[in-house]
Amino acid sequence: MTSLAEKPTTVRTADARLLELRGLGVDYGVGTKAARAVDGVNLTIHEGEILGLAGESGCGKTTIANAVMQLLRPPARITDGSILFQGENLLGKSTEELRRFRWRNVSMVLQSAMNALNPVMRVGDQFVDAMRAHEKIDRKRALVRTGELLELVGIDRRRADAYPHELSGGMRQRVIIAMALALRPELIIMDEPTTALDVVVQREILQQIDALKRDFGFAVLFVTHDLSLLLEFADRIAIMYAGEIVELAPADRLGANPQHPYTQGLLDSFPPLTGPLTRLQGIPGSPPDLRDPPSGCRFNPRCPHCLPDRAALYARQTTERPRLRVIEPGHEVACHLVAEGAA
Amino acid sequence: MTAPAPLEVRSLTKRFAVGNALRQAHVHAVDDVSFELRPGRVTALVGESGSGKSTVARLLARLHEATSGAVLFQGSDVLGVHGRRDVLHYRSQVQMIFQDPFGSLNPVKTVRHHVERPLRIHRIVPSSQVEERVYELLRTVGLVPPEDVAAKYPHELSGGQRQRVAIARALAVEPKVVLADEPISMLDVSIRIGILNLMLRLKEERDIAFLYITHDLASARYVADDILVMYAGQVVESGPIEEVLSAPLHPYTRLLLSAAPDPATHLHAKRIEVRKGRASAAVDPPDGCRFVTRCPLAVDVCSHVTPALVEASPQHAARCHVTAPAPSD
Repeated sequence: MTSLAEKPTTVRTADARLLELRGLGVDYGVGTKAARAVDGVNLTIHEGEILGLAGESGCGKTTIANAVMQLLRPPARITDGSILFQGENLLGKSTEELRRFRWRNVSMVLQSAMNALNPVMRVGDQFVDAMRAHEKIDRKRALVRTGELLELVGIDRRRADAYPHELSGGMRQRVIIAMALALRPELIIMDEPTTALDVVVQREILQQIDALKRDFGFAVLFVTHDLSLLLEFADRIAIMYAGEIVELAPADRLGANPQHPYTQGLLDSFPPLTGPLTRLQGIPGSPPDLRDPPSGCRFNPRCPHCLPDRAALYARQTTERPRLRVIEPGHEVACHLVAEGAA
Repeated sequence: MTAPAPLEVRSLTKRFAVGNALRQAHVHAVDDVSFELRPGRVTALVGESGSGKSTVARLLARLHEATSGAVLFQGSDVLGVHGRRDVLHYRSQVQMIFQDPFGSLNPVKTVRHHVERPLRIHRIVPSSQVEERVYELLRTVGLVPPEDVAAKYPHELSGGQRQRVAIARALAVEPKVVLADEPISMLDVSIRIGILNLMLRLKEERDIAFLYITHDLASARYVADDILVMYAGQVVESGPIEEVLSAPLHPYTRLLLSAAPDPATHLHAKRIEVRKGRASAAVDPPDGCRFVTRCPLAVDVCSHVTPALVEASPQHAARCHVTAPAPSD
């Protein structure tokens, strides 16, 4: 507490840091067969912002979400770093402390969340259970609050009497979002919350999340493979590849001026709905095996700018790991090309 | 340009019985659907879950029996054909690619086995040439070196590679028509384009008629020449894809377009407000437009009279009393 650089903790502006990952490392398995799913990730989520985390399957995005919730189970384990929530490290907290932290401070909405409801319990009772596990509230008041929560997400309050199978997939997903809001958490982690839904329903739910966020001021960590969705929806976007964050920027800037070849390739994988059509290339090859990642830049085997004829650069690309560096305020990239000013 | 349609679908209808003997009811899964698939063209069939698009593909592949209507393959009706030989012939000409590349390959058989089997069953090439043809097919779908890939088992391949094996298997019989049911929706974003580009190449090089079933309008626009939009079992709009997407007639097509993510627009951009409802097929629906309860343009007639598919401009048709009124209205 002696540091002059220490930020005053009483200030609660939109820029206040809510969650900070510092050098987070997660391994699956141990020894030589261990796969490093998350490798040295630094990431900050500010109060009230929507941070998008995008990447392909197996890049570690869901592992990060689970690490924040402290839901990782062996063979997964956190090997390095810390997870600070409002300045407090979550690692090393007791089971009881974590139990109180989950849902009250951070709640989670999963892709298959619509299947997370108990099929033999009425929706309302599931809300009551969740609320009473965390605070002293009698059943009657909890049910009233359930009705209010359901109406927030556009569901008739009488539906609290319904069983999950009586609701459509989209409605169940809304119920889950309402539950995630029940204890007014500061952060909601959403892991592919709309991937299983049709586009029209997806759009409705995203608009609802956006409106609720304005009213309640929670922050969202939005994990998805659908970068085109994030460009519209998120405030900032982090792009993950093979366990690392390779680019981080405000959404509009990332869409307009992507710097990392992987980000460029991802953006080049979404055909446009309007404007001229050209043949897209996507990204050749497939993501590396994390038990034995390529040396140097992990993207180098797939990178169109990694060519042996530029010997000096090629040597760096294949032996030295690029670190995230700030190229403009708020925009960070981990790429040797960018560091050389050649991109 | 007027190549004969290898596959012509006329008033195809499928009803699934639900309920019991006392209370018979029918889900109108596919209702009066007509279209043509032409060589060297991709036709996109777009709609939400339950709209009946996969049922159409399954009817064409003869995995379901149609309730009524006709499917003409090179001029002759195939729905009435039941002889083993004739069915085999039809199946060799009309191939299907499924959504799930993990479920559509046998986990205990090698890639070679999968691609070789149709060659032998349909006697496409003499036995002595089978091996060579397998390699050629694998090369065509971009699986190189084919000698190595042929020896692998499905679990040794990535999702995209597996889908390429499924495509090689479909191509083995030299089909005229390929029905692709959501072939990229389970694949990783970065490899989807590769599969779409492969479809484009096959359409150009082999003159195959593709039916591309998807819920993703952007990928439909990327590969398709024509589009059919389905809602609750009916085709509500059809036409050349650029025309339909740039000047959609049916309010449902407009809704789908405004809901699709497009990096060029913003969440807060003006979107169409629509009442909630489901795009899935209904049990014994009443007369009238099936979109009426959600439609911002609905007028009185919409709730009593089922609109017909009316050609509003050459080849561009819609099922809407308001935007594509029948000439006699």
